[in-house]
Amino acid sequence: MSDAESSTEFDPTAPNTGEDFEPVDVFPDSDDFDLRPGADSCYKCSTCDTNCPVAEVDDDFPGPKFQGPEQWRLKQNEDDYTIDDSITDCSNCMRCDNACPSGVPLSQMHNTARGEYVSEQMSKFSVEYVRNRILANYRTSATIASKVPRLANFAMNFGPARWVMEKTMGITSEREFPAFAKQTFREWWSARGGAAASNENAQQAREARGEDRDADKKVAYFHGCYSNYNTPEVGKAMVRVFEEYGYEVVVPEQRCSGTPMFANGMLDDARRGAEVNVSSMADLIEEGYDAIASCTSCSMALRQEYPELFDIDGIDEVAANTFESVEYLRINEDLKGDLQAAEVEGDLAREFAYHAPCHARNQGLEHQSVELFRELDGTGIEDVGESCSGISGTYGWKAEKYEKSMAIADDMFDHMDDASGDTGMTECPTCAMQMEHGTGYDIRHPLELLEAALVE
Amino acid sequence: MAIESEVLVIGGGLAGLSSALAAARAGADVRLLSYKQSTLQNASGLVDLLGYTHEGDGPLTDPYDAIPDLPEEHPYRTVGVDGVREAMAMFDDVTDYRGGHTDTNALLPTHGGTVKPTARYPKGAAAGLASDDRDVLLVGLGSMVDFDAPHVAAHLEAAGVPFDARGVTIEFPGDLRADAKVTRYAKLLDTNGEVAVDGRMVGARDALADTIEPHLDGEERVGLPAILGDDHPGAVRAALGDHLGVDVFEVPMGPPSLPGLRLEDTLFEALDEAGGNFETGNPVVDYAGEDGHIEEVYIEKTGAKIPVSGDQYVLATGGLVGKGVESDREGVYEPIFDCHVPHAEDRYDWFDLEVFGDHQFARFGLPTDEQLRPLTADDDVEFDNLRAAGSILGGYDFAAEKSGSGVSIATGHAAGTTAAQEVQ
Ligand SMILES: Cc1cc2nc3c(=O)[nH]c(=O)nc-3n(C[C@H](O)[C@H](O)[C@H](O)COP(=O)(O)OP(=O)(O)OC[C@H]3O[C@@H](n4cnc5c(N)ncnc54)[C@H](O)[C@@H]3O)c2cc1C
Ligand code: SF4
Ligand code: SF4
Repeated sequence: MSDAESSTEFDPTAPNTGEDFEPVDVFPDSDDFDLRPGADSCYKCSTCDTNCPVAEVDDDFPGPKFQGPEQWRLKQNEDDYTIDDSITDCSNCMRCDNACPSGVPLSQMHNTARGEYVSEQMSKFSVEYVRNRILANYRTSATIASKVPRLANFAMNFGPARWVMEKTMGITSEREFPAFAKQTFREWWSARGGAAASNENAQQAREARGEDRDADKKVAYFHGCYSNYNTPEVGKAMVRVFEEYGYEVVVPEQRCSGTPMFANGMLDDARRGAEVNVSSMADLIEEGYDAIASCTSCSMALRQEYPELFDIDGIDEVAANTFESVEYLRINEDLKGDLQAAEVEGDLAREFAYHAPCHARNQGLEHQSVELFRELDGTGIEDVGESCSGISGTYGWKAEKYEKSMAIADDMFDHMDDASGDTGMTECPTCAMQMEHGTGYDIRHPLELLEAALVE
Repeated sequence: MAIESEVLVIGGGLAGLSSALAAARAGADVRLLSYKQSTLQNASGLVDLLGYTHEGDGPLTDPYDAIPDLPEEHPYRTVGVDGVREAMAMFDDVTDYRGGHTDTNALLPTHGGTVKPTARYPKGAAAGLASDDRDVLLVGLGSMVDFDAPHVAAHLEAAGVPFDARGVTIEFPGDLRADAKVTRYAKLLDTNGEVAVDGRMVGARDALADTIEPHLDGEERVGLPAILGDDHPGAVRAALGDHLGVDVFEVPMGPPSLPGLRLEDTLFEALDEAGGNFETGNPVVDYAGEDGHIEEVYIEKTGAKIPVSGDQYVLATGGLVGKGVESDREGVYEPIFDCHVPHAEDRYDWFDLEVFGDHQFARFGLPTDEQLRPLTADDDVEFDNLRAAGSILGGYDFAAEKSGSGVSIATGHAAGTTAAQEVQ
């Protein structure tokens, strides 16, 4: 009811700020998830439902409120209740999480329920399971493909092969597979001289900036799979920009951040990766490094999903010291001032149609690029609105979800069409894929524009 | 280093957005920080200035007229009648709301069948005015139990409206799930997506109009619950209206409310256009500063505390319900800056035993000086660079007075304008 009706007051309850709410408490042991506290704070306002991009286009999807607190209660109260298979229709965009005024940890509930569904109710021999596992473990395929990038690029998009993939595995043939780079980011990094070279570059930069040559400015780069195998130019831009500001970069051993695995309920796979990532990052953080990611889903995973889902030594320290790369520079340097004084010419002097990825939104970064670049001479940037891009990692690759993913993206495509530029910009590699797929635009990462503006 | 701005607004509801907008339009470099979506998604989307006096008299014809007689601690008295007018002028400028042509309250039918005095209403509700004497057909959807059209029509007639009202209940075409989300209907209508009707695929707009048509019996206007599109509500109404040959309007609904969400979107867009910056999703939890001056505040992101600084601050984190003000067994407090919140020592004095009695908690909130700066228990200014706006303020009871959105817009505008003046 609304206050239009009577003078009794409808009470939105407290957002869970800080100390009262310890997400890890909810799951003392990951095999025995107790979602009760989260379920109890839901007062059924349906805010989450109005934010769910899937419920907006899909009749069969009962929405986040059902997936989270309601399903949990059913499970508690009915002995033979099994997780509803609609949980696999949730794309893990985490919009519902961001919306809930009561601090219900919705995405944590969904990730958990999906994990349970996949491990207990899904046949390990089903085509769907195998397909999802292959999609989720993109890094494994990418490692092989990157060894023979030309062949892989050809084979992956070879018509008959695509037809077979769709028919036998349910991977949509509507999409172009992303191209593999001829040289991975890590290959480039080693060839360039690795950490020693970075150390040298950073020292020179600090001297040139009038800072102490030995100042303690160092970051550990979590590049993720995509900028390693597919868009090393993003990783290179990140390194050059950070060095320009006098930061030494190291590139520790790492696995996939786990985002595609969470979304497919493959929590064991995700945990194996998380253990490697947390252990290598935690050591560096102890030595005074901060962890930096250029992909917003990767930083989201390290910051929020890891501590929500796993109990690994050092996980909280890693979460508290992980930043999105541009955000880090905003906090520690006068990035805005430098951009106001800068100018861009040549290839990147363009009008950009910017889309904020859902996972950037959750980190409060939805307006960061617009804010920074709107005053950069030689370029323009326009926000294309708050719609979800719809691809959500592996989601839009599944044959049965392709249409849904395009329907969700409808608004974004319209707004991109209306925007004055015909180059896209976003932080998320899969959003970039969808933007390009729907409009044919070339899509760039903010770090590339920062490099063009700030690095000689 | 911290992320810096001139004016920093905390809270992204109607008050925070109005503050940020006013400051940005006055030329200040503004940043708005907000945790979650605001109470707008629960609110009807109507903007009430003052429907009843603090003593319960009303409905009031002219809200401006009644402001000077409000108690001195009422936020409208702090802002003044001119301040309220300036704020509403800004609101009218950035939205396409109606009602700004007159000082007089409009009367709108609600989804409960009452008639409510309000100062501004969405364009989509305009054809529904209760002062209009054209007959009305109200159309409810079987799945939306909050809007029982025949019942609402009967109520309206009993309330003495100057027209005949009739209500029917239909099913939304296409066999959607029984608990489909309001955004599902809105999206289908926005995109005119196809739905199955008798085995044929038909655009949702035509299908809905076809379903309503046989029920029309000479009425000149048709009212539906507020589900008629999210991005293109005007086009949806026009299409339905053309098909039916009548005016179509939306009846504002309770949560989750599309008109509230549309208003929120409009205001964020206006803020962006005015050059303001914003970020949402994480709470402000703490501050640094001394001698009654705030240096910076901290946003909490999973254990990390991100510093953000401003020269001037506006606190618009909502009331007891939005968690700008919190309470526990010990007392009532404001969680970020620990500003003083007056309340009785004894918890049992916070409320009245009567449900509709005189509850203290309904008026809990910050007392301020004439510049909206929060005051300590000794009436000193808490911080020289902090102002408060919206339902975090004390001294009024928005639910009883029907003044919720008006107070948020008026105090937000005043706080933002003064903050901008301070930095120039
Ligand atoms: C059910 C309902 C129906 C209503 N109907 C009407 C109506 O018909 N007409 C009318 O005029 N008014 C109505 N109102 C009242 C009106 O909507 C409110 O008075 C007004 O919107 C309050 O705005 P606000 O900005 O002060 O607070 P809120 O909307 O509560 O906004 C507070 C904001 O601050 C954020 N926040 C809180 N803590 C923090 C923190 N630590 N850090 C950062 N951000 C934080 C919150 O996330 C939120 O976005 C209704 C209200 C409700 C609840
Ligand atoms: S989970 Fe949160 S947003 Fe969703 S209905 Fe419950 S309280 Fe509301
Ligand atoms: S994560 Fe996204 S898709 Fe999944 S329920 Fe929440 S809002 Fe919907």
